[in-house]
Amino acid sequence: MKSFLPVLAALTVLAVLQLVLGSSEYFVYLASLVGVNVVLAVSLNVINGMTGQFSIGHAGFMAVGAYVAGTTSLLLKDDQLSFLPPAMSDQLFLLLALLLGGAAAGAFGFLVGLPSLRLRGDYLAIVTLGFGEIIRVVIQNSDGLSKSLAALPGLAPVGRFVGQFGGALGVSGVPQRSTFFMVWFWVFVLVLLARRLSDSSHGRWLKAIREDEVAAEAMGVDTTSYKVRAFVVSSFFAGIAGGLFAHFVPIINPGSFTFVKSMEVVVMIVAGGLGSTTGAIVAAVFLTLLPEGLRSLFLKLGGGDASLAQKVDQVRMPIYGMLLVVIMLTRSQGLFGTHEAWDLWARRKRAGAKA
Amino acid sequence: MSPDAPGQRPARPPLLEVTDLFVSYGAIAALKGVTLSVGQGEVVALIGANGAGKTSTLRAVSGLVKPVKGAITFRGAPLTGLKANQVVAKGLAHAPEGRGIFPNLTVQENLDLGAWLRTDGDAIASDLERCFSLFPRLKERRDQLAGTLSGGEQQMLAISRALMSRPALLLLDEPSLGLAPQVTQTIFRILRDVNAAGMSILLVEQNAHLALGLAHWAYVLETGALVLQGTGADLLASEDIRKAYLGE
Repeated sequence: MKSFLPVLAALTVLAVLQLVLGSSEYFVYLASLVGVNVVLAVSLNVINGMTGQFSIGHAGFMAVGAYVAGTTSLLLKDDQLSFLPPAMSDQLFLLLALLLGGAAAGAFGFLVGLPSLRLRGDYLAIVTLGFGEIIRVVIQNSDGLSKSLAALPGLAPVGRFVGQFGGALGVSGVPQRSTFFMVWFWVFVLVLLARRLSDSSHGRWLKAIREDEVAAEAMGVDTTSYKVRAFVVSSFFAGIAGGLFAHFVPIINPGSFTFVKSMEVVVMIVAGGLGSTTGAIVAAVFLTLLPEGLRSLFLKLGGGDASLAQKVDQVRMPIYGMLLVVIMLTRSQGLFGTHEAWDLWARRKRAGAKA
Repeated sequence: MSPDAPGQRPARPPLLEVTDLFVSYGAIAALKGVTLSVGQGEVVALIGANGAGKTSTLRAVSGLVKPVKGAITFRGAPLTGLKANQVVAKGLAHAPEGRGIFPNLTVQENLDLGAWLRTDGDAIASDLERCFSLFPRLKERRDQLAGTLSGGEQQMLAISRALMSRPALLLLDEPSLGLAPQVTQTIFRILRDVNAAGMSILLVEQNAHLALGLAHWAYVLETGALVLQGTGADLLASEDIRKAYLGE
């Protein structure tokens, strides 16, 4: 019962915020962008930070989730559950689409993880990087793929589904059902899960793999199996993030899921501190709002001339790069190292109990 | 040291039997037909110079490397072909060379990981207490990150963590590596106590003097093959051994 209270409290807070601020389009857009990046960073942190496996293809899993969830919603856009108010029915369909997207991304995570997690370090990084690019290129050429799939016996529906991806043009017309509540509900679910995981025995085995894989194996931990599990959980949530993304941007195309996107997420968790969920959240919020802040700053500097502000997107990557260099030089463990905000709180509580 | 008559190996029920073991890393043969055994309650030492194949033997037994050829039986059942994590489940615990503790986990968490295959909570708690009574230093430092322990304490932790799986056989790889002589003495004294309480130990050690002092039976490895065996006391007294490994 005790563990339900925070959940209820969080849901109430989210619902109130939704009521109060849900009508401000700019706020909802920014909050959704931040939320999606938090989900991406925290989920990548499960595999990179907790388990110590360096994966740099997170955008690939995000793309799988975005396309599967987006296309599902697109196909079901005219359906309604007549016994529910339309808004409620929309949210249920959105949830269904998200779960499908997450499941598809998780399945891809399993397929990629099973062979590649036998590799270590740089080799794993190369394979995940390659995988992310393969996904993107396949989607880019989905028109041809859908025709080939449709021609195969039994795969015609899959072919039609893939046909909706629209190749390099992307998918447009996905119903914009994403809400502040839905995005941050998933943020909450994932953060809760990450926290529980890191305190559980499962989490300790993952950390043991990070610390010393051979020793973990000598303790009897089936390292491959646990790495694959972590990978599947991580890609599931990347898929959810992609699904959410697809429901608040007007168009999704392969350009949104390039290597640059993967690197953005890696920068977030490295800057926040590999292994720290708090760090991933803080860095994701900061690095998502940074370009927005820069944009309005440049707008002011340019005296209302938008061309300077438009350049912000182009200087974002150099700024990221420099930020990473500065952090590595001054604080190589990241902002939070492997510490968590709630550890601090627990320590204070323990100290208080002793006093 | 051995209470038994010199030269004789008292008959004990066999625990681990390694027959004609070959291990290669790529084209390089590390073991070329090693045959050895460990009896119930026995301390067996494997000594030899760098690159003789001591660590390879342990790694093959615990499933960390796949032997090219040869049989390994433990309590009468074959171990060959099992993965490392499955070997642990059979009752073998390996404290790897270089200690292999988890530096960013606490001492307590390291010990919990040692017991991770077990479900008998009460027995785990009493084993934990036993480890703490063997190594009181660990109890003082149970909430400390293992990476902040001294070398000797880390070795104590590695041994305790291996004991926490309540193994039938303990595999120790170079417990004296990089430790001050005094700390090494302490660790070997504790190993003697652990053995006296019934634990069988297969010990790989460069410090031949210490290892032979503790071992009931010892094997000498040279470039991947056994060249000599005997009771620890006999080998300690042997002229060849003294010259080759004890620097006298």
